[in-house]
Amino acid sequence: MNLWNDPINFIAGWLRALLTGWGLSLDLAKIFIMLVGVGVLIVGSLVLAIFLVWVERKVVARFQDRVGPNRIGPYGLIQPFADIIKLIIKEDITPTTADKVIYNLAPVLALASVLFLWAVLPLASNIYGVDLNVAALYLVAAGALGTLAIIMGGWASNNKYALLGAFRMVATMISYEIPMVVVLLIPTLLAGTMSFRGIVESQAGAWYVLMAPLAMLIFLISAVAELGRAPFDLNEAESEIIAGFHIEYTGMKFGLFYAGELLHAFTFGGFVALLFFGGYQFFGLEKLGPLVAVTIFLAKAMFGYWVIMWIKYTMPRIRIDHLLAFNWKFLTPLALILLVVTALLHKLLAGLPLWGITLIMFLTNVLIAWVTVEILRAYGRKQRQAEEVLAPAGQH
Amino acid sequence: MTASQIVFLLSAALIIGSALMVVTTRKLVHAALWLVAALFGVAILYGLLEAGFLAVVQVVVYIGAIAILFIFAVMLTRKEMRDTGPQTRRSWPLAALLGLLVLAGLVFLVLDMPDVARTAVEIPAEVDTVGALGQALVSPEAYALPFEVASVLLLAALIGAVYIASGQKKE
Amino acid sequence: MNIPLSWYLILAASLFCIGLYGVLSRRNAIAILLGVELMLNAVNINLVAFWRYLDPAQMGGQVFAIIVFAVAAAEVAVGLALIISVYRSRKSVVADDIDLMKW
Repeated sequence: MNLWNDPINFIAGWLRALLTGWGLSLDLAKIFIMLVGVGVLIVGSLVLAIFLVWVERKVVARFQDRVGPNRIGPYGLIQPFADIIKLIIKEDITPTTADKVIYNLAPVLALASVLFLWAVLPLASNIYGVDLNVAALYLVAAGALGTLAIIMGGWASNNKYALLGAFRMVATMISYEIPMVVVLLIPTLLAGTMSFRGIVESQAGAWYVLMAPLAMLIFLISAVAELGRAPFDLNEAESEIIAGFHIEYTGMKFGLFYAGELLHAFTFGGFVALLFFGGYQFFGLEKLGPLVAVTIFLAKAMFGYWVIMWIKYTMPRIRIDHLLAFNWKFLTPLALILLVVTALLHKLLAGLPLWGITLIMFLTNVLIAWVTVEILRAYGRKQRQAEEVLAPAGQH
Repeated sequence: MTASQIVFLLSAALIIGSALMVVTTRKLVHAALWLVAALFGVAILYGLLEAGFLAVVQVVVYIGAIAILFIFAVMLTRKEMRDTGPQTRRSWPLAALLGLLVLAGLVFLVLDMPDVARTAVEIPAEVDTVGALGQALVSPEAYALPFEVASVLLLAALIGAVYIASGQKKE
Repeated sequence: MNIPLSWYLILAASLFCIGLYGVLSRRNAIAILLGVELMLNAVNINLVAFWRYLDPAQMGGQVFAIIVFAVAAAEVAVGLALIISVYRSRKSVVADDIDLMKW
């Protein structure tokens, strides 16, 4: 047990020796060490959120053929700190008709719902907050708190646009939760455990993206919807309802929503990496040491975050009825079919070697994708024909 | 006084306090939010009872679905009852009396139970209660039938709710 | 785990009675449903506490708690749908006003 191979236990043991040396009882020392761990995790993820502001601004600038922040510090790295100072010294407005307590509670809960997620993220095989045996469900539960925060903010602002934004967001989140939960069951089923560490460890042979590429896609789409990012950003559609549920929030309260959103996106990038791309594993490189594993995991999470940004800055916003129809008529049935097929194959192929299972599952996914695309094409053709009967071509 | 007892007492205070606010506060949205606090306290109790699966399901189902539904319903029916006027019936003292009587009776019965001050035995570390729960839910010797009946009930409720709330289409 | 079983049972009994008071004293139908939710949760605390204290190897307590979850969800969905439907036709959510079926 040394600093390189097991940093958490090494530091905890050192702290315990130090504190008990000062005359604290062992129980108190344990509680104190836990609090320190929680504090380090929270501060670490918030510092990451500050860095993400810079990343997001740089990346969107590149997508839009600009340079992005480049004045303060090298490559504009100090820019987010300037942003924070600006947010802090802004006037803190609470609308007179707002429901004060709930209004002030909502941004805190919004950020907290994201920080809760970090408790179960395994950053390396021995660096994690807690190894829950129901972690996959915990992910959904934290999302439920986020929904609650948004509806609280939207309602307490006492503003029509805020309420409309909150309604849209909640409708999106509640409906896209269903395909997400169903798809979460697929890695759970393949790994035979809901613990995230178990899921990562069981991908040592083959990443689940090879066994369930469609599940990965569905998870990514429903994660984007859950985050309320474009093309599903109806909650803050600027041209329709200005800023949605956080329209009345100013200064650092808005900052909390914003930091929460960025950190949430990065965290979901991390979950995609964790559930489908082997988490902290990278062809045995993670065995060099936990710090290498953490770097691998963060790099994978950053890649997931980059894909989410890529989607956000490329796709136009879709209409609310299309959004709900896409979920109920397409994603949910597809997710259910995938779950049933994966469960059957997992049972039938139990005796085969790993590469055989992976190959057959991959081909089945390709087959399902092909059938789905064909059905969609036939449906689209029928729709077009129906339109042409109503308004023959050339008479628009 | 041990750590788990302190946690129990804190969450009990949270549950009872928020439950009292649920039944007495005048603003209905506040009542729904206090319900969330009370249910969160119950989730902590499940954690304390080492029923982690139930604790998480409590948050997902009650806070993620039921409480949100309540808040929606309150907002949709707000025009008439703008939280003005009396929120309680005139006979509320009678209700309070009945509640206290039932409480007294239940506490009397609980304290009369044999061996009520027992403490729980340790669950051995190798026992996987989540796995056992999953097995129990689907194995035909255990609870597969009630489980299926519950899912049929949910389906019926789903269809019923959609039919009732969508309203009759005008011809 | 040195909490006596009686603590859980008394807590559940108090929660049940608070819920009962809410059901009996509230005028708004939605508030009545809130009280029902409290009562259902009180029952669930009892079920899980008995599971833990009597025989953790028997999953009955947890299974029935899950069935109570399902029943609660069904009850809220149908109940709130009824309330919204009544609100549309009678413009009221006060339980006493909904008396068309009364003789």
